[in-house]
Amino acid sequence: MNHLAEAFNAALASLNAHRLRSFLTTLGILIGTMAVIAVVSVLQGFSDSISSQFSDLGSNTLTLEAKNEQENFRRGQINRLSFEDVDALRFKVSGIERVAPIISAPLGATLYRGRSVTPQVLGATEEAQDVLGVDTSIGRFITASDERNSRRVVVIGTDVRNELRMPENPIGEFILIGREWFRVVGLLEKRGEIFGFSQDNRVFIPFSVARSLTGTFERTFMEVSFTVTNLAEVNQVKERAMRTVRASRGIEPGKPDDFEIKAADSFVKQFNRITATATAVLAGIVGISLLVGGIGIMNIMLVSVTERTREIGILKALGATRRDILVQFLLEAALLSLLGGLIGIVLGLLAGMGIASLIPNFPPAHVPIWVMIAAAGFSALVGVVFGIAPASKAAKLDPIEALRYE
Amino acid sequence: MIELQGIVKRYVLGDETVLALAGVDVHIGRNEYVALIGPSGSGKSTLMNIIGCLDSASEGRYILNGRDTSSLSEDELAAVRNREIGFVFQSFHLLPRQTALQNVMQPLVYRRMPPAERRERAAEALRKVGLGDRLDHRPNQLSGGQRQRVAVARALVGEPSILLADEPTGNLDSRTSAEIMSLFDALHAQGQTVVIVTHEPDIAAHCRRTIRVLDGHIVEDYQNPARAA
Repeated sequence: MNHLAEAFNAALASLNAHRLRSFLTTLGILIGTMAVIAVVSVLQGFSDSISSQFSDLGSNTLTLEAKNEQENFRRGQINRLSFEDVDALRFKVSGIERVAPIISAPLGATLYRGRSVTPQVLGATEEAQDVLGVDTSIGRFITASDERNSRRVVVIGTDVRNELRMPENPIGEFILIGREWFRVVGLLEKRGEIFGFSQDNRVFIPFSVARSLTGTFERTFMEVSFTVTNLAEVNQVKERAMRTVRASRGIEPGKPDDFEIKAADSFVKQFNRITATATAVLAGIVGISLLVGGIGIMNIMLVSVTERTREIGILKALGATRRDILVQFLLEAALLSLLGGLIGIVLGLLAGMGIASLIPNFPPAHVPIWVMIAAAGFSALVGVVFGIAPASKAAKLDPIEALRYE
Repeated sequence: MIELQGIVKRYVLGDETVLALAGVDVHIGRNEYVALIGPSGSGKSTLMNIIGCLDSASEGRYILNGRDTSSLSEDELAAVRNREIGFVFQSFHLLPRQTALQNVMQPLVYRRMPPAERRERAAEALRKVGLGDRLDHRPNQLSGGQRQRVAVARALVGEPSILLADEPTGNLDSRTSAEIMSLFDALHAQGQTVVIVTHEPDIAAHCRRTIRVLDGHIVEDYQNPARAA
């Protein structure tokens, strides 16, 4: 080990003796690594932000929603879920843990002391807290008792509080939604934006209240999220749910479904697939650039071996074995490449941060530590692989010939 | 100590086979001071390369310190060079980017000697050749004579059986040559076995024994009658 440390120092000294050449040689590796780190940092930052927005939706969560083709909207024949569908899920399908229906209640503007906003008003039951992962930072969420008693209570998003200029802690204040007064019982946790859409401009009221207030409405939109008891059975539960909902909606055999059941994390999965594809394409490009960089290193190392033929002869006369010489040149190539890689990683990180900060509303760049380690390791590997030919050339030199070389 | 028996060396150059050594028998004992002389192309360099284990014979046996070297692998030969042979070359062959001390330490690196001990022994070797105050100079900061002294220190640092010098004064002026030769004389006096390859009679005259090589044969092998001053 001690010996290796020394060979390392010797390699470093040798690179230092030709600083400009070393730098130019490793430029290919440097640029390749920088490109990959910059792009990965931006992609990962983006991906992280997407994943964290959806992370509350576990993979054991399924969502039932009505399916509408473009046509349906044109014809005004819009499929909607019914409350019977919700009950069917609740009572007729085994393996379901919790059912959280969400109904949109477009009740109109929300008023508070003369100020007005129009948030998304959703009716939900207490299950939504677990199933959809909505949480409150102050106060409480809708409870079973609110639901049973149809209490006029509301849990509001931070945007609503801010735009209505309510107190920092809005609990106990009354707001007017549509034509009904609601007492604020909770403040939702801030969720930020997804694709520029605020997730905080909404309020939750008890499902039963939303249902009764929208009872006469033509257009209410409902979806039902539910969790399965056993994650391993998610597909069977989905099958059972499909059959039961078909029955509850009276769809005749052979007719297509007018609803669908999606895994809640399917969007995240899809996004991750896109990211993975982008990363794979990128890896290919980077592979090519590292290949080119590696060839550059091989070329310069071959030149260096030729230049130092006599030095190699001297070392052999002094008792260096083939392996000693091989290790020395391999280390030099690996180190050259690794240094390029390390500089590339740093510049790539800076570039990624720069790009992310230049695009408005873009999540901060982030590179997982393993990517950096992999990049550094891979660049060193490139050096070793492309150093093999020059190093073995050096190791094989005949000492007499080498000593005679001018 | 050095026992050459029927050494033949052939080189293949294209279609031709060149006979560099045509059956050489030499015995060199401990603490001998030998000059290997002969014109260029005589085979003396080949002989030196074989004695220095840089090359191996096509035929014959070379026994160094009781060990037959003819069957050794390349790495074993490297180890023999490292432990038994101290080379001094005509053009010094120092490592240009390294200091005198680092140059002298280099052979000990291949013995896997701990750095502190290496440093100590190298500094001692440099003091022996009178360069105790030039440890951190690089070769280009040293004169020719000083460079050759560094080379001698490097050859001696591993306490080799043989100090093998190839035209050690070929690149030096006559005054510096004399200095280097008196260094060799002193080393010999201390018990070192020294073999010098040269074509200069003046240099050969320093030695106690002269071996003359011509056309791949030893044509003369005699003890020098008197020592030149």
